Amino acid sequence: MIPAAFEYYRPTDMAGVIALLQEHGDDARVMAGGHSLIPMMKLRMAEVPHLIDLQAIEGLSEIAISGGSITIGAMVTQHEIINSAEMEKAAPIMKEAALQIADPQVRYMGTVGGNVANGDPGNDMPGLMQCLNAQFHLVGPDGDRVVDARDFYEAAYMTDREDEEVLTAVSFAAPVGGFAYEKQKRKIGDYATAAAAAQIFKEGGKVSAASIAMTNLSDTPVWSEDAGTALVGSTCDEVAVKAAVTAMLDDIDPTEDNRGPVAFKRHAAGVVLGRAIARAWSRA
Amino acid sequence: MKDEITRDERVANLKGMGCSRKRVEDARFTQGKGNYVDDIKLPGMLHGDFVRSPYAHARVKSINIDAAMALPGVVAVLTAKDLEPLNLHWMPTLAGDKQMVLADGKVLFQGQEVAFVVANDRYIAADAVELVEVDYEELEVIVDPFKSLQSDVVLREDMVAEDGSIPNGAHGPRKHPNHIFTWEAGEEEATNQVIDNAEVVATEEMYYHRTHPCPLETCGSVASMDKVNGKLTLWGTFQAPHVVRTVASLLSGIEEHNIRVVSPDIGGGFGNKVGVYPGYVCSIVASIVTGVPVKWVEDRMENLMSTAFARDYWMKGKISATKEGKITGLHCHVTADHGAFDACADPTKFPAGFMNICTGSYDIPVAYLGVDGVYTNKAPGGVSYRCSFRVTEAVYFIERMIEVLAIELNMDPAELRSINFIKKEQFPYTAALGWEYDSGDYQTAWDKALLAVDYTGLRAEQAQRVEDFKAGKTRKVMGIGLSFFTEIVGAGPVKNCDILGMGMFDSCEIRIHPTGSAVARLGTISQGQGHATTFAQILATEIGLSAESITIEEGDTDTAPYGLGTYGSRSTPVAGAAAAMAGRKIRAKAQMIAAYLLEVHDNDVEFDVDRFVVKGSPEQFKTMKDIAYAAYNQAIPGLEPGLEAVSYYDPPNMTYPFGAYVCVMDIDVDTGVPEIRRFYALDDCGTRINPMVIEGQIHGGLTEALAVALGQEIAYDDMGNVKTGTLMDFFLPTAWEVPNYETDYTVTPSPHHPIGAKGVGESPHVGGVPCFSNAVQDAFRPFGNRHTNMPHDHWRIWQTANDLGMHD
Ligand SMILES: Cc1cc2nc3c(=O)[nH]c(=O)nc-3n(C[C@H](O)[C@H](O)[C@H](O)COP(=O)(O)OP(=O)(O)OC[C@H]3O[C@@H](n4cnc5c(N)ncnc54)[C@H](O)[C@@H]3O)c2cc1C
Repeated sequence: MIPAAFEYYRPTDMAGVIALLQEHGDDARVMAGGHSLIPMMKLRMAEVPHLIDLQAIEGLSEIAISGGSITIGAMVTQHEIINSAEMEKAAPIMKEAALQIADPQVRYMGTVGGNVANGDPGNDMPGLMQCLNAQFHLVGPDGDRVVDARDFYEAAYMTDREDEEVLTAVSFAAPVGGFAYEKQKRKIGDYATAAAAAQIFKEGGKVSAASIAMTNLSDTPVWSEDAGTALVGSTCDEVAVKAAVTAMLDDIDPTEDNRGPVAFKRHAAGVVLGRAIARAWSRA
Repeated sequence: MKDEITRDERVANLKGMGCSRKRVEDARFTQGKGNYVDDIKLPGMLHGDFVRSPYAHARVKSINIDAAMALPGVVAVLTAKDLEPLNLHWMPTLAGDKQMVLADGKVLFQGQEVAFVVANDRYIAADAVELVEVDYEELEVIVDPFKSLQSDVVLREDMVAEDGSIPNGAHGPRKHPNHIFTWEAGEEEATNQVIDNAEVVATEEMYYHRTHPCPLETCGSVASMDKVNGKLTLWGTFQAPHVVRTVASLLSGIEEHNIRVVSPDIGGGFGNKVGVYPGYVCSIVASIVTGVPVKWVEDRMENLMSTAFARDYWMKGKISATKEGKITGLHCHVTADHGAFDACADPTKFPAGFMNICTGSYDIPVAYLGVDGVYTNKAPGGVSYRCSFRVTEAVYFIERMIEVLAIELNMDPAELRSINFIKKEQFPYTAALGWEYDSGDYQTAWDKALLAVDYTGLRAEQAQRVEDFKAGKTRKVMGIGLSFFTEIVGAGPVKNCDILGMGMFDSCEIRIHPTGSAVARLGTISQGQGHATTFAQILATEIGLSAESITIEEGDTDTAPYGLGTYGSRSTPVAGAAAAMAGRKIRAKAQMIAAYLLEVHDNDVEFDVDRFVVKGSPEQFKTMKDIAYAAYNQAIPGLEPGLEAVSYYDPPNMTYPFGAYVCVMDIDVDTGVPEIRRFYALDDCGTRINPMVIEGQIHGGLTEALAVALGQEIAYDDMGNVKTGTLMDFFLPTAWEVPNYETDYTVTPSPHHPIGAKGVGESPHVGGVPCFSNAVQDAFRPFGNRHTNMPHDHWRIWQTANDLGMHD
């Protein structure tokens, strides 16, 4: 597990990063916490002749919460998410999800930006961002642009981001109502066998809006609009939950791996979603 | 002369047997000051790395090393062709087979060593590996041992004669080109007769999946050939350094006195570091060729894919009993998947290890065991992962058969065990498959365990849970896992135990220094077991010097006496016995010195804790410190100066530790997630040297048992690709997955061991695996489960529930 030789860069401003990306094209990659990228390089599954470290770029590590809007800099670590009291107040689902990612060592290094930009279907933040209807902020040679999390993922490791673009932040409106992030995994440090993010808003004793996204059950995260819709107007009773699960199962497409065969994963997906809904409803 | 301190204080000061002395090793291990193979850095040292086969079965048509050699910093690329003139392209295995060091015309498993690159640094070596061009022609892959025995694909062409006949193997006749051996114990006909005429018979087939010891430190070596002196020094991850020296001498032709083998600190072995690996041989050859030291250290994936695996036993059992539950006979057949080469590390006469301990803790009048070893396209190995030779398989087999028989009899499995235990008064007990159990008191241990967990209460709770489940009140079922195990450790008597012809004795050499401290060297080697702590305690009690004043050294063949190493829980039973015996020789001479100094007859002094006293007048004494000083500095008529002793101990028998374990588990049938609510482990390892070290060993062994039972496996796909080659998929539990363990004990000393100790390092693994597995299986018993195979990971547990209609 020794990576191929690479050139290491540590630019101090974004212009420097973009210039390097333009110069080396496909041969260059930015590195945030390195906890997805470096293992891939060591396995020689990723060849990165030019590695651009983002650690010295200023302005990427802030959490800004104001006026019901939350912006998280790309370099904010999962550890910082867990320990931000403000974040816990404004969007408690962030902490609940982050605590289920990897282990403390990984979370000290792994960043929100790296997690959402990576494009690995096993990452937990992308589904969560889709649940929260987040926006991803990108900067590139042609300036800034914003992409909806729900439009960002194309296939495993394929996203809407261009090679010369850098993700600078994610933002979303502070969620309202009850929340839950439910994840089944084989052990600490494992990616999900199945995971579900749920936000449920209750008005007049009934669901008025619900958003549901699933992780590691397709080659991209799956925001299941129909699953959310199935809950609207209900009290998250058995029938409604069943309808939501059925709708979700139509949207996912798991494959067999060491975590189990497809039938098991579909069953587990239904179970974790049912539990996520129950918990979110109890908090709504 | 009067003492200032009491006798109790003198005993305490010794830190001898029975006290929970803190581990002397831990100061360096917990501060990053250990010295492992990869810490060894010699001037001018080169680094080796392997080109490995991506295919499980292929012909190697050509190897082109030009591009690799052209890379600056690459010194050599060795292939089988380079090793052939030295006759080192193949090497003998410990099991009497031979194994390719580097691919000789074909490859037989994924990850097999094809070429060895030697370069100035580790990074260049890795880059050069990518530049070696190997042209493969893929062959049909066989990963199923049953298919292998039917197939006309010959895996080992070297094992078939030119006329197509099948020569005998190391263990007798072979029935098929892919067959390695048949090994039998007991009486088949008599067993069949009993079973055919029995009132009740239970049969079951079970697969004990392939797994891997996965020590935290992977395997490696540093070879340094000093061409001027003709001396070869080899540092490596060796559980048996002396055997490695002898094998290295036989293979290389270098005389044994010119080879020094050193096992430095070893980061866990669990059987993985008993065998000889191609990397060791290649580092030696490369050092001989280049004239400078060469290091080889494998990475985690290489360790999991290519070094010795464990288990992979397909077991078929029949057990018979009377209607009342008295067992009358046991029949077991095993199809053993050994992979591409038979590289098991078992005593020569036991190609299936001590699998014939499979009658367990029960008085079974007649039994039969047959084992067929088979070649497949998988990595070689078959080592004893934290157990004595194949004992984990044997105990799993019988503890599952008991559970299945209990189902057949509609009887409580705890009661069934009680009915069939070998009784205390039957020891020494000769089992139907030949072993003579030294001592045991099973019923007492069992009753203590069942009482401790309130077994009756647990069964009542379980019955209520079944009701609740059926009534739709819960989705969690409850399992009570039981296991009662007897280990067979301490190999072993030279009359029936040897490895490559070398008898399995062990040794200890003690040198007392004039000021009353000592160094003792043994033929074993700690891999984390804490020998430096516990062996000093044995000696402290035997010779009356504080354990704090005794240094223990192991692992350097230039200084330590010859021994067979550490595995199979043999260190305490064999080397520990040697230590006690050597200590007694010291004491015998000390007695003569004391008598001389006290001016009385030898028989008029007696040993008391840390001194010899004149019988009947305890105020007249000489401490061991006084005696040590006199031994070197006073002319004593009729005695040589000095105080040293050596003992080579050939044990008269194995030792038979045992234990009673109970696991309580709640299982979510919808996710397949098990939660271990309680784990109780009672161990009887005979005399207890250091209770704290014992507890540590039990925690570790149980955790590895949990791993194996609940998820840890080396899985292959049909193409022979390893599916679990990293720690993301190969289950290594963390503190998070590990329950709280409750430990307990009884003490039944071994009657033949000098201090009555039996060995404990492996018991918890041996007893733990069936206990965890039985808990899962027991949870589903009320719903119709009879047997499901391990590993019980989430999806397989879910599958069990699904098959039983529990999701409908
Ligand atoms: C043992 C282990 C267990 C893990 N378990 C989980 C888990 O359960 N759930 C989970 O979600 N994750 C898990 N991870 C992954 C971990 O959370 C990673 O840290 C995270 O996925 C990536 O964040 P990073 O900052 O380390 O990114 P890096 O590894 O540095 O980068 C990942 C990828 O994103 C790109 N990238 C990074 N930052 C940017 C940016 N600002 N703009 C554009 N592209 C960028 C990189 O070029 C690279 O391709 C685990 C990792 C390990 C080692």
